Amino acid sequence: MTALLRFEHVFCRRGGRLLFDDLSFAIGPGEALQVVGPNGSGKSSLIRVAAGLLRTDSGRVHAAGLALADDNLALDRELPLAKALAFWGGGDLPALGLAELADVPVRLLSAGQRKRAALARVAASRAPLWLLDEPANALDTGSVGLLATLIEAHRAAGGAVLAASHSPLAGDWRTLELGR
Amino acid sequence: MIGALVAREVRRGFSGPAWLPVAFFLLVATLVPFAVGPDGGLLGRIAGGILWIAALTAALLPIERLIEPDRADGVLDQLAIRGVADESVAAAKIAGHWLSFGPLLLASAVVGALLLRLPPEQLPRLLAVLAIGSLGLAALAVTVAALTAGLPRAGALAGLLLLPLAIPLLIFGAAASGDRASGALLLEAAVALLLVAGSPFVAGGAIRASRT
Repeated sequence: MTALLRFEHVFCRRGGRLLFDDLSFAIGPGEALQVVGPNGSGKSSLIRVAAGLLRTDSGRVHAAGLALADDNLALDRELPLAKALAFWGGGDLPALGLAELADVPVRLLSAGQRKRAALARVAASRAPLWLLDEPANALDTGSVGLLATLIEAHRAAGGAVLAASHSPLAGDWRTLELGR
Repeated sequence: MIGALVAREVRRGFSGPAWLPVAFFLLVATLVPFAVGPDGGLLGRIAGGILWIAALTAALLPIERLIEPDRADGVLDQLAIRGVADESVAAAKIAGHWLSFGPLLLASAVVGALLLRLPPEQLPRLLAVLAIGSLGLAALAVTVAALTAGLPRAGALAGLLLLPLAIPLLIFGAAASGDRASGALLLEAAVALLLVAGSPFVAGGAIRASRT
């Protein structure tokens, strides 16, 4: 079984503080790993290292094709939601209950709707590895259910998910605890 | 992806206040006769230089919206994840920025030349030199925008960085606008080429370094 994401002896230092010390793990197809830990323990940094956006001080990171949903929406605020998503190859609006918001400008969306838009982009990406930073933040209970369904379908299709979250996520997750 | 990125830059350039640098350019050109007097001969002699100073100051205005909003909103990260090199992003931004800045600048230079009584036979040459020089200015603007993205008081810092770096463009541009015989036009083109060719690498490196 080839892993979709593998960390090998990763050290990462941010602002003079050691965040990960010899961190090794792997996520294979169909697996989901939740990174837990208190605020500032490096959950988001771990996601950014996995995405290749942050360099490690030593160690290796191998990642398959990936899609990222974090706090930065990366959608043009003045455009209608469907058009803004089209720049990135589109988003799966119905899967996150956003179908009727397709013509609404991004700047008018609420925090929860923006989060769902970012998740819709990930859902439409066809990337085998999903990196989700606090995916359930600002979501109502209905949307949390939609997210769980999406993740289940993605795993059933052989995809993998790495999520950082301080609250428990629905479904069957392995956990990785940071900041011990 | 690169084509879509250039198109997006052009759309954002025109959907924002694209006329702002142009208005600024014309305002500077209008102020000069108040400062040096309405003597047509004097104005005609210095018109080329004034228009170049005006173009330089107008190039400063859009800097803050070139890179920083996309950095803060994660657009640069999403592009990197899709395998688009930061250098390619910078090159696309230079192309898109020039397309929304250069033609408008040239159009307003015609009006500015009339205001300053530039001898009509010099106008085509001035426009040709401005077209070449504005490419260099666009490349420089994107580079400085990338270098200052995310820094406090980036606007003031950008001015301090861009204006000295634009001095070669100014010297050869102003010289080439007036003087037909010298090689200033070739030197201006050489400086612009160097900036356009080198800027994507500097700006791309700056984008990478700004990731936290």
